[in-house]
Amino acid sequence: MSAALQPPGAAARAPGEALELAGIQAGYGDFQALFGVGLRVEPGEAVGVVGPNGAGKTTLLRVISGLIRPRAGTLRYGGRDLTEVPPHALPGLGIAHVPENRRLFPHLTVEENLRVGAFTRAARPQFEARREHVFELFPRMKQRRHQLAGTMSGGEQQMCAIGRALMSGPKILLLDEPSAGLAPIVVQQVFELVRRIRQEGLTVLIVEQNVAQVLRVVDRAYVLETGRVAAEGRSAELAADPAIRRSYLGGH
Amino acid sequence: MNLLDPFFLEALVNGILLGGVFALPALGLNLVFGVVDVVWLCYAELVMVGMYAVWFLHTQAGWPLPLAFVACLPIVAALGMLLHLLVVRPLLTSPPINQVLATGGVLFVLQGAATLVFSTEFRSLGVDMPPMEVGEVFVSGTKLAAFCAALLGAAVLWAFLKFTYVGTAIRAIARDREVMPLMGVDPRRIYLIASAVGGALAGLAACLLVVQLDVHPFVGLSFGPITFMICVMGGLGNMLGGFLAAFLMGLIISVGGFWGTTEFSYVVAFAFFILVMFIRPKGLFAR
Repeated sequence: MSAALQPPGAAARAPGEALELAGIQAGYGDFQALFGVGLRVEPGEAVGVVGPNGAGKTTLLRVISGLIRPRAGTLRYGGRDLTEVPPHALPGLGIAHVPENRRLFPHLTVEENLRVGAFTRAARPQFEARREHVFELFPRMKQRRHQLAGTMSGGEQQMCAIGRALMSGPKILLLDEPSAGLAPIVVQQVFELVRRIRQEGLTVLIVEQNVAQVLRVVDRAYVLETGRVAAEGRSAELAADPAIRRSYLGGH
Repeated sequence: MNLLDPFFLEALVNGILLGGVFALPALGLNLVFGVVDVVWLCYAELVMVGMYAVWFLHTQAGWPLPLAFVACLPIVAALGMLLHLLVVRPLLTSPPINQVLATGGVLFVLQGAATLVFSTEFRSLGVDMPPMEVGEVFVSGTKLAAFCAALLGAAVLWAFLKFTYVGTAIRAIARDREVMPLMGVDPRRIYLIASAVGGALAGLAACLLVVQLDVHPFVGLSFGPITFMICVMGGLGNMLGGFLAAFLMGLIISVGGFWGTTEFSYVVAFAFFILVMFIRPKGLFAR
């Protein structure tokens, strides 16, 4: 099989590079959301960032994507300083961001949403192969390919948003609260999808309030509280930590 | 009243033909507004420049007319890009009133420049196609050809927006600007492309109008205001709405002229516009 025809699965995927943040300070106007956050994601890893509402989780992902520039700190992907890269160049580097609230284009069809996801010059020749791959991952999207994205259920929209991000052929996927606003049964399905995406060799950085669920999917996690990393560790350790259990898992 | 009266039928046909010509500038204006979120008040003056370009290339430089038409599109497209780069882009984050004042200023600059270069004399291309008779109805060959070209232009635009990556991004960006960089799309590039396409549509409109109207520096006034009314009536930024509203306005003006005078028909059209604004302030086809 030629490289161009290969689905963007594990075998075809280069391992990618490490994402590294150190001492990140960022905010909006007078409001500071992050106070010196450090974080590292190794290639092939799945890492979670958990914490309460307003802890700065979304800001953190927006800093990584270049939608907000940090006021201080370093942000590197492999050898590259991402603070020097314009945000629209990130998909080309292999970084895809599924934003908070999915942000689909509701008046475009599922397939058109996928096409916008494949906008970069490098992604265009791969459009058909990757679309088929997305349809394999989410058969529901194939059924709904000509439906307007805004008319689908929340779970379907989340699938479409993840599919749209996969169209750029990323090495690392940034997921912002994929379970937000979804029914419990659908939340289960979304995390199952994340697990499958991982198995393909994709590196995943996932921001979540649903701590119990996300700790089952990721290898390691950081606990973010009021803009600072309050704890970090392997998922099992965090899930067993009494303080974390008390604060986030409803345990005793 | 006899609806099969040939003169009435002729008015209907002319209304539809007129609507086709209004449709192009309405599409261009809506495209630019939908994507860049800035109203090009000088849109009709871009068309005027295109009309002068065709007139100059054909009657002064001696180019064959089809070649002058073909050249007109990239000329006005380039003008649209210049307008974006020099006037609109620096004001993208300014209050809307500044943007309107700036593109309004360009309107006077273009009118003044045209007066300086070409004087206020009316310039005619001097071409006409023989009228065609269908049943008892006479149809102007020029108007029919212009109508067909307008529909063709609209169809090409539709295919561009529907089937290309850039076209799909243009439709997407009209809804959600901030998320576009996450798709690998540089919004500044899409704005520039939309401005070029908006300019090209003004150029095509110029080709269709220059065979029907004499060119003079203020010719934009004869179709500019009505174009803005059509866009607002269809819902500003709504391309399909503007397209349909163009035919509605064409019909109102033409049929109004059948019962009264041409001046009266414009009174009817403006009255209808005001009525629509009372009943559906966001436009007839607003969603």
